[in-house]
Amino acid sequence: MTVADLEIQLLAVVVAVGCALPGVFLVLRRMALVSDAISHSILLGIVLGFFIAEDITSPLLVGAATATGVLTVALVELLHRTRRVKEDAAIALVFPALFSIAVILISRFAEDVHLDLDAVLLGEIAFAPFRRVQISGADLGPRSLWLMGALLAANLIVITVFFKELKLATFDAGLAHALGFSPALVHYGFMTLVSATAVGAFDAVGSILVVALMIAPPAAAYLLTNRLPRLLLLSGALGTLAALSGYWVARAADVSIAGSMASMSGVVFLAVLLFAPDRGIVAGMRSRARQKLAFASVMLTTHLLHHEGDPSAERESREAHLQEHFRWSGDFAPRVIWHAERQGLIVRDGGGLLRLTPLGREAARHQMTR
Amino acid sequence: MSAPAVVEIDDLTVAYRQHPVLWDIDLTVRAGALTAVVGPNGAGKTTLVKSIIGLVPVAAGRVRVLGRRYREVRREVAYVPQRGSVDWDFPTSVIDVVLMGSYGALGWIRRPGARERAAAVEALEKVGLEAFRDRQISQLSGGQQQRVFLARALIQNAQLYLMDEPFQGVDARTERAIVDVLKEIRTQGRTVVAVHHALQSVPEYFDDVVLLNVRKVASGGVEDVFTEENLRATYGGRVPFLQAVAGQGEP
Repeated sequence: MTVADLEIQLLAVVVAVGCALPGVFLVLRRMALVSDAISHSILLGIVLGFFIAEDITSPLLVGAATATGVLTVALVELLHRTRRVKEDAAIALVFPALFSIAVILISRFAEDVHLDLDAVLLGEIAFAPFRRVQISGADLGPRSLWLMGALLAANLIVITVFFKELKLATFDAGLAHALGFSPALVHYGFMTLVSATAVGAFDAVGSILVVALMIAPPAAAYLLTNRLPRLLLLSGALGTLAALSGYWVARAADVSIAGSMASMSGVVFLAVLLFAPDRGIVAGMRSRARQKLAFASVMLTTHLLHHEGDPSAERESREAHLQEHFRWSGDFAPRVIWHAERQGLIVRDGGGLLRLTPLGREAARHQMTR
Repeated sequence: MSAPAVVEIDDLTVAYRQHPVLWDIDLTVRAGALTAVVGPNGAGKTTLVKSIIGLVPVAAGRVRVLGRRYREVRREVAYVPQRGSVDWDFPTSVIDVVLMGSYGALGWIRRPGARERAAAVEALEKVGLEAFRDRQISQLSGGQQQRVFLARALIQNAQLYLMDEPFQGVDARTERAIVDVLKEIRTQGRTVVAVHHALQSVPEYFDDVVLLNVRKVASGGVEDVFTEENLRATYGGRVPFLQAVAGQGEP
C-alpha cells in the first residue's frame, strides 16, 4: 500500500465521520431531505467561487458555497412560510432552481473553469493526493485532507461545546425559546455547519453522495442505541466502517470510490436494519414468534385445566385433538407442546396424554382470573 | 384580589394572517393563585399562554410578567408545553429531560452538574418517578410523560408556572400527583396558569378562572365567574358537562 492509498483512506474516514456527526442532528430534526437540498445547491456557490478563486479548496470558495447552502435553508423556510406550499414541495422547488443555474454555468463555461460535471457529482477522492499543500517547498499533505480535517474539527468543537443547546433546541424548540436559547440562532448556526461540511465533503465524494454519508450512519445508529452521546459515537464508527469497506470494495472491483463508499453506507444501514439486537427486523420477527408460542402455551394450559379431572380429558388432552381444537397447523402444535414442556407447564404421560404441572395449573388459573 | 398581579395583559390581540386568534384581551393574574384558562377548541387558550412568553407574534397590546418584560424575567417563569409537542422517541433519558429545566439558569455552554442533578432527582421524587430516572423516554406512558414535564418545570424554581393542558389524557394517579404539586406551588406563594379542558374539575382544582373564546368572556374567582351564564357565553350554548358544573358554579 502506497502513501497515496493511506491518504485516500484517511480522507475517506475524515469525510465520513465529519458528515455523520451533523447528520445525527439532521435525522433527529427530521431534516434529512434538507441535506439533499443543501448538497445540490452548494454547487452554485462552488461554481461562482471557482470563477473567482480558481481553486476548489480555497477558503473563498468554501465560504461562498456555504452561504449558498444557508441561503437554500432560508429560501425553503420563506417559501414554506407563505403557506402556499408544503415544506417538502418548498424543498423540491428551491434546490433544483439553484442547482440548475450551476449546471448551466458549468456547461457554458466548462473550458474556462476546469470543473467537469462528473467530478462535481461523484467527487474525485482518488485524485485528492495529487493536490497538495506546500509551504516553502515542504509537502504538508493533500489539500482536501486539510480542509475536511478542519471541518471535522469544527463539527467536533461545535457539537461538544453547544451539545446542550443543540439537544434542547432539537427536542423542544418551544422550551428553548422560553429559556432564552433562540432556536432560530441554533438552527442557522447548525445549518451553516452542515453546509460547510457538505462543501468540504463535496471535493472528495461529490455533491450527491454526501447525503448518503450524512444520513445512513446516523439512521443505522439510531436503531442501536437510545442515548444521544452514544448515537454520535456509533454514527462516527459506522461512517468509518462504510468509508473503509467502500474504499476496499472499490479497489477490488475497480469502481468509483465515492460511489462505493455511499453504497457501503447503505449496506451498513441495511445490515443494522435487519440484525439490530432490539429494533432490527429479524429480532422483531423472533420476538413476535416467541410471543405467539408463549400465548399458545397459555391457551393450551387453560384448555387442559378446563378438562382436568373430567372424563373428556382422555380425548381433549391429546396432541392430535389440539390441532383440531385450536386450528393449529401440523407443525405448530408440536412446537407449542415442546415450548410448554420446556417452560415446565405441562408433562406428557406414558399414554401420550398431556397433563398440567402445578406450575402450569397456576399459570392457567392466573390467566383465567385476569 | 388585593395580591399583586403576576401577569398583566392589556389590549392583547394576536392574529394569524388577518384572522384574529385573540382579540383585545385584558387580564390580570394574581399571585399565589391557581388560575385555569378554559374555553372551546380554537378559543386561543394555547396562544394566550404562548403570547405571555413571546412564543407567538403579538399584533397589538402589552404583556407584563412580574411587572417587567418577559425577556427580563425568563428565569422566574417555567413553561410546560403540551405533551404532544415533542418527539418522545428522542434518544434521551428521563433525568436528562428534567435537567433541561436547569438550562435557563446555566446559560449558554455551561453544563448541568451535581447540584442540578440533585435538584432533578428531588423533582422526580415529587412527581413519583424517581425509579424511572434512567429510563428511555419512549418507554413512558402518557401520564408519566406529563409528570416528567412537570418535574422539568419544578427544577426551574420559578415564580410563575405556565402549563398547557397538564391534565390532557393522563391517568388518575398522574392527575392526583399534578394536583398535589400545584397545591404545593400555591402554598409557597407561587402562581400557576394552566390551560384546562375538563370543566367539572375547575372548582375543585383552581382558585381563579379565565373564560376565553377569542375574546375574554370573564375572569376572576371561580365562585364569582364560573357561572352557567358565563359558560354559555363562552361555549355558545353547547357547554360540555354543564349539568355537572351548574350546581357548583352557583355560590
